[in-house]
Amino acid sequence: MIAVKQIHKSFGEHQVLKGIDATFYHGKTNLIIGQSGSGKTVFLKSLVGLHEIDQGEIEYNGQALGSLNTKERKSLRTEMGMVFQGNALFDSLTIEENVTFALSMFSGMSVSEKRDRAQFCLERVNLPNVGSKFPSELSGGMQKRVAIARAISMNPKYLFCDEPNSGLDPKTAIVIDKLLQEITEEFGMTTVINTHDMNSVIEIGDHIIFIKEGKKAWQGTGEDILDTESPEIVDFVYSSELFKRIRRNKA
Amino acid sequence: MLFQKWILSLGRYMQLLGRTFRKPENFRMYYRAFMSDLELLGLNSLGIVSVISIFVGAVVTIQTAFNLDDPLVPDYYIAIATRESIILEFSPTIISLILAGKVGSNIASTLGSMRVSEQIDALEVMGVNPASYLIAPKILALVFFNPILIMLSMFLGMIGGYLASLGGVMSVEDFAYGLTVDFNAYHVSYAIMKTFVFAFLIVSISGYFGFYVKGGAIEVGVNATKAVVSSSVAIIVSNYILTQLLLV
Repeated sequence: MIAVKQIHKSFGEHQVLKGIDATFYHGKTNLIIGQSGSGKTVFLKSLVGLHEIDQGEIEYNGQALGSLNTKERKSLRTEMGMVFQGNALFDSLTIEENVTFALSMFSGMSVSEKRDRAQFCLERVNLPNVGSKFPSELSGGMQKRVAIARAISMNPKYLFCDEPNSGLDPKTAIVIDKLLQEITEEFGMTTVINTHDMNSVIEIGDHIIFIKEGKKAWQGTGEDILDTESPEIVDFVYSSELFKRIRRNKA
Repeated sequence: MLFQKWILSLGRYMQLLGRTFRKPENFRMYYRAFMSDLELLGLNSLGIVSVISIFVGAVVTIQTAFNLDDPLVPDYYIAIATRESIILEFSPTIISLILAGKVGSNIASTLGSMRVSEQIDALEVMGVNPASYLIAPKILALVFFNPILIMLSMFLGMIGGYLASLGGVMSVEDFAYGLTVDFNAYHVSYAIMKTFVFAFLIVSISGYFGFYVKGGAIEVGVNATKAVVSSSVAIIVSNYILTQLLLV
């Protein structure tokens, strides 16, 4: 479980996070939603320690991230996997080398064990035959799946995804969503996904927090979100004609 | 204001060096990175260093011959002047400046692209120290290979001079004799000492500008240019300081 207490983050004069409290539950797909520029990515990067927060606390199973020394933080990071918005695959390495990178660095596994693990992870994301290719040889959706395979290679306790559906067609986006939900249950991870894709919210949102202008404006489940009367949520969720129609039909 | 900015940059540079020289997470992975950087930064520079050294050696010989066109000055003095110019200044300093352009822009743009595409963040989230993994093997690779390149440049520079003498600038015998007259081996040691420092400056300064890129493709280009300019200035300034310390 990850507990976030009153975190603040500014860049110069610009205050991005203005005191967010949140809890992300074990074995669930926790979603952070909000409009572009609302502070979602800064929030997610603060969770993993890529941004140092100005105020507040982030606790991993009761252990405050800010109180960890370099060695402890490194150790915690080996329990994290992250899928970046632009995938962030190492373009000079093959797909197999990308997936086994953290294993080579930290695990002490033999070459054949690493190869087996890479094969397992790539099969898990339905990409069994791409190990020898380079990232530039794959499509956007395939690269996203490789990024997921790399993120789960170390069997992480925590999985963070920054807009995993951005730039993907709706069908591929659903495949990625389902995959993330399945591996969360299968690996028993605490998964935190940053998105503004309403399909994801409804399909896989076990626990959702809505961020508006750097503050938590709402929290609930994928079911709750369609029924809430919260004006901020209604404004965000029913901004498209399709969802407006769904709401009218529901009424 | 400008001075404050400069001090701030120097502080961040020192901080980055502190992060760079930490204990590696896995020696085998760092060794692999070192070998790959050795090829990228060292072996791939052999061609340009060879071509420039031969031609500059030839040109220095011709120009010296042109300027020492005096019946009272023996011809072998041309070879002495060529040898000393190449050993003391051309090979260690000018070749390092050329490497600052070639290798420095490569390092800054590679690290900059990795920064903007979040590959450096990905390393950090995995628990890898990106400064150490990405910069330390490059520093070691160039510090190791730069003296080899410079020695090669000295040798080829003199070959260039020899080829110029074959072209009729002076007699080949005088040139060969001049290369050995009053030869001081310390000058070679002094040149090699300079190249260690220059190699360190090229990689660490370019690494700094690449590592801290903020923005997109344009900023990567801007920082690559800054890397080349700053490392060139650092080479020139340190060249003066080292010369003062080691030769005077």
